Amino acid sequence: MLDQSDSYVTEDGRTIGGVVMEMKNITLRFGGVVAIKDISFDIREGEIRAIIGPNGAGKSSMLNVISGFYVPQEGTVEFHGKPRPQMRPYEVAQQGIARTFQNIALFEGMTVLDNVMTGRLNHMKTGLFQQALWKGKAEKEETANREVAEKVIDFLEIQHIRKTPVGRLPYGLKKRVELARALAAEPKLLLLDEPMAGMNVEEKEDMSRFILDVNDEFGTTIALIEHDMGVSWT
Amino acid sequence: MSDQFLFATEVFFNGLMAGVLYALVALGFVLIYKASGIFNYAQGVMALFAAMTLVGIMEGQVPFSHIINAMFGTEVHHFGWHVPALLAILLTVGVMVLFAWLVQRIVMRHLVGQEPIILFMATIGLAYFLEGFSDLMWGSEIKTLDVGLPQGGSFWIEDMTAGLGSDNFYGFFIDNLDIVATAIAALLVTGLVLFAQYTKQGRAMRAVADDHQAALSVGISLNFIWVLVWSVAGFVALVAGIVWGTKSGVQFALSLIALKALPVLMLGGFTSIPGAIVGGLIIGVGEKMFEFAIGPLVGGATENWFAYVLALLFLVFRPQGLFGEKIIERV
Repeated sequence: MLDQSDSYVTEDGRTIGGVVMEMKNITLRFGGVVAIKDISFDIREGEIRAIIGPNGAGKSSMLNVISGFYVPQEGTVEFHGKPRPQMRPYEVAQQGIARTFQNIALFEGMTVLDNVMTGRLNHMKTGLFQQALWKGKAEKEETANREVAEKVIDFLEIQHIRKTPVGRLPYGLKKRVELARALAAEPKLLLLDEPMAGMNVEEKEDMSRFILDVNDEFGTTIALIEHDMGVSWT
Repeated sequence: MSDQFLFATEVFFNGLMAGVLYALVALGFVLIYKASGIFNYAQGVMALFAAMTLVGIMEGQVPFSHIINAMFGTEVHHFGWHVPALLAILLTVGVMVLFAWLVQRIVMRHLVGQEPIILFMATIGLAYFLEGFSDLMWGSEIKTLDVGLPQGGSFWIEDMTAGLGSDNFYGFFIDNLDIVATAIAALLVTGLVLFAQYTKQGRAMRAVADDHQAALSVGISLNFIWVLVWSVAGFVALVAGIVWGTKSGVQFALSLIALKALPVLMLGGFTSIPGAIVGGLIIGVGEKMFEFAIGPLVGGATENWFAYVLALLFLVFRPQGLFGEKIIERV
């Protein structure tokens, strides 16, 4: 379990718990280019941690280190107080770290509902044969997971496009579907890479509201990247 | 109804049945191409290998008997037992899954992210390796395969349709095996579609086919899915191998039907399962009807080239095929 000895309550009544993720002296190089140099920080349970900085500062690289897409040359990543061995991105996801991408990585040919359901894959435990034969247990599991997916869809107000293939959606909605997919995983840590990038003012306000609501309602720990300072401070 | 029309109808049905078999082979290509972007040249040889393995297991052949005999001076060829068809099919499925795992482990895993042409070359190498390997394992002589599928013309259909036009019309000749093959293919495709649409692994498979990066980010292991896809393709190859092998014997020519699947894919599009089926049917019917109508005028043997010319026309006017995703490049 998480060490909760130094948890505290914020002025607006949210409980900030122990350290979920701790990055220690991370250095990441691509050949001779140093992308991240000796950076340390932590993310605490229940908080929204913003990573800010100008273009090229290494924000996205940092997120990619957390989610396992990049492997740092130096430093350690501690998750729930234990140093994390080198992991592939899908293993990191299986540990309960969900993320979105700066340039949206959705399954364009699948419907919104199907996309959100892929977020539930890690919560489905039945094996290949049970699934293929579609026996009781698999069916029950599918229904239970479907309920979670529908709840997330309701929460993010995308019911009206449930059955629409993602490829046909406008940019702003795609961003929201991507958030829905990550949220459906009920992650212990949610990483958002520039969730507001390329949006108009109204969409940005919507997105900010959703992120705050997610944190409020589910107590989800969130780390997000943003270089619009206005967003970071609200 | 004139006799001529009835003959044409019969040819049409025969074409449809041939088309089902083309579609079966093409299906194996589409599965792997969709999930990993690899055009698997070895699909036809996989069908040959699967059919040979099935015969070998059923007959109780000793694998690699030539090598064993040459090395130890023994004379072993058969274990002396016969395995029932159903059990042998299950064992062969096991062999194909093992093959899929080995391909992923030894070859494809090291080529992730390489250019498509390099992956394609790897599968050509794989095709020739597998061809030699199957000869080494099971011997190169032509074998007959009989898993109990009905063969010969359907008397029922012949009786029903005899005398339809005039008294000297003998009725449609349609092979029982073709009818069974159509049913098997329909079952297989329905099964695959249900698997892909409604199961967890199916959903993961579609996710990987759509976007690798996104699939990783929701916790899908690409390696696992690729082994799964190659296994499914191996299973499809086995089904195609059983049907073709029953029809015309298990022999090297079996692997060449893979080349007939190419024009099918050009027509149907490389990424579409319905496309593979419709494309297969169009090619099957098209080449039989063309041979029937135009063949006599040009001296016959049009079946050898008709499919490729049709594919060429499609490439000129609709390069993405009937159902393929339209290629739009943003400038």
